[in-house]
This record gives sequence, C-alpha cells and structure tokens, in this order.
Amino acid sequence: MLNGLEAVFFYLFAFIAVASAFMVISARNPVHSVLFLILTFFNAAALFLLTGAEFLAMILLVVYVGAVAVLFLFVVMMLDVDFAELKQGALQYAPVGALVGLILAAELIIVTGGYAFAPKLGETVALPTPDVATRNNTAALGDILYTDYIFYFQVAGLVLLVAMIGAIVLTLRHKENVKRQSISQQVARTPETAIEIKKVETGKGI
Amino acid sequence: MSALLSSYLPIIIFIGVAMIVGLALIVAPFLVAYRNPDPEKLSAYECGFNSFDDARMKFDVRFYLVSILFIIFDLEVAFLFPWAVSFGKIGMLGFWSMMVFLGVLTIGFIYEWKKGALEWD
Repeated sequence: MLNGLEAVFFYLFAFIAVASAFMVISARNPVHSVLFLILTFFNAAALFLLTGAEFLAMILLVVYVGAVAVLFLFVVMMLDVDFAELKQGALQYAPVGALVGLILAAELIIVTGGYAFAPKLGETVALPTPDVATRNNTAALGDILYTDYIFYFQVAGLVLLVAMIGAIVLTLRHKENVKRQSISQQVARTPETAIEIKKVETGKGI
Repeated sequence: MSALLSSYLPIIIFIGVAMIVGLALIVAPFLVAYRNPDPEKLSAYECGFNSFDDARMKFDVRFYLVSILFIIFDLEVAFLFPWAVSFGKIGMLGFWSMMVFLGVLTIGFIYEWKKGALEWD
C-alpha cells in the first residue's frame, strides 16, 4: 500500500510524532511540553495528508496549531503551579493512566484488525468516500455535511454557542467604578448638562 | 493520490531549506566565532541587571477569554470552507442550513457584545 517515497515520509513523520509526544510528557519545562505538542500536531497533520485527508490536515493546522496550542500556552503561563511538585505526585496516577492507555490501544487494534479482515468495508457504508481523483476531499465533506448531516451540523453550532456563553459566564468580571467611553453620551452633551452656574453672594464662598 | 502528494513537494523542499539555513546559523558561530569568555564579559553590566525572580506569573484571565472566543469563531470559519467549495451542489437546504448555523453564532456574538466581553475593563 505504502511504497517508496510515501513510506519513507510516513515513517519519518510517524517517528517524529511519537518522539515529540513522548517529549510532551517528559519535558521538565511545561512551556517546552506545549511546544513539543505543537510539533506533534504538525506531524499528525502530515500523516493526515499522506492518507489523502487534505482538509482535515489543514484544519488541524489552523485550529489546533493556530488556536488551541496558543490557548494551552496561555493556560500553562497563567497557572501559578509548582510543576516540579506536581510531577512528584504524578506516579500515583500511573495505574489509571495505564488503564486508559490499554483501552485506547485495544480500540486501535480492533479498528486496524477490522481493516485487515475486511479492507473493502469503507465502500459499503451509506456514504462511501469518493475517489480523490474525481472529487476532492473538501468538496466531498461539503457535499454531505450541510444536507445529509444537517442535525449534527446544527448541534455543532449549538455546542459552539454554549462554549461561548460558558466562557463569558465563567471568566467575565467587570471592575467596579471604571469610567468607560460612551461616544453617544459624550456627543450628546449640551451646555445645560455639562456646566452648572451658581450664584455666589458677595463676600461668601460656595 | 500521488498527484495530491506531489503538489505538496514544494513544502517539503521549503522545510528542508529552512532547516538547513536554521541549522547553519546555529552551528556556524560555534565553528567560526572567536570565543574567550571571562566573568566580567559574561556579567550584565552597564545596561541591564540580573533577573529578580521567575518571569512566569499569573496574568489576566481576560487573555484566556479573548483567545477562547477567537477559537470559537475560528471553528465557525472552518465550517464555512467546505460549504463554499461545494456550494453549487448542496442547494437551498445547504444554504439555509449554514444560515441557521451562522444565526445561532450571531446570537452568541450579540450576547458577548452586549455583555461587554470584547471590552477590556
């Protein structure tokens, strides 16, 4: 299936992805961890490209590298946590982590095993992936996402709305007594509202 | 498939050139630059001083809010790309489905505008 140059690039990107994923969990400096995570995203995007999933690769770059990784950097910088102390206690979570890893590995084996038993399975589903030569990846997604899968598409919109409102409700705190600019109020000022004339009697102050 | 991949060949060449240039700039000073350091040369003298403590500190949670709002609209734009590419094929249902999606997010946008989430203070 993979031949020649494609195989070379697959193993190159796969090796860098696994190595930098390992560095994410073993780097001492959390900022370095996030930078290695970005490198992992880049290699995952390259692997997507090798399988022909062009749109997914570009979205991975735009959304994950461009936005989510930057958000991770913010969080890492913002958390005032002693990471050395945090890593001391990390070993007690190792069994749970190993369990999760085992489940993920089993799922991956089932998926790839299914592919080994029935390699043509992808062509028997309700909406098979069209050939890349006739209809490109982005168009193939667009053909079905907005019509056949309209419900999931609208639910995605609602999820984004909930995320937006949730982020605002959780983090937005306005400071009291801050003077904000209100252009309409400033322009609508007249001498009557802006100045006050007081009669001062002779020989007295106000 | 290989036509798709070969269209990405310039990027691979570009990455290769960038790596060579970058590595050359890192390695060349070790080879050619004259180095004879002593403590006075390495100290922060005249302009500058040694750092007082760690550069990392807590900063305002509003940076986080701004970037999370950015990601949401980033995703919205990501949904627009396939829609625009296959616009001619998906008909009125596809058009109005996207309009409803944009409308829902516009409601969120109006909410965040009215709430003052886009103002700093």
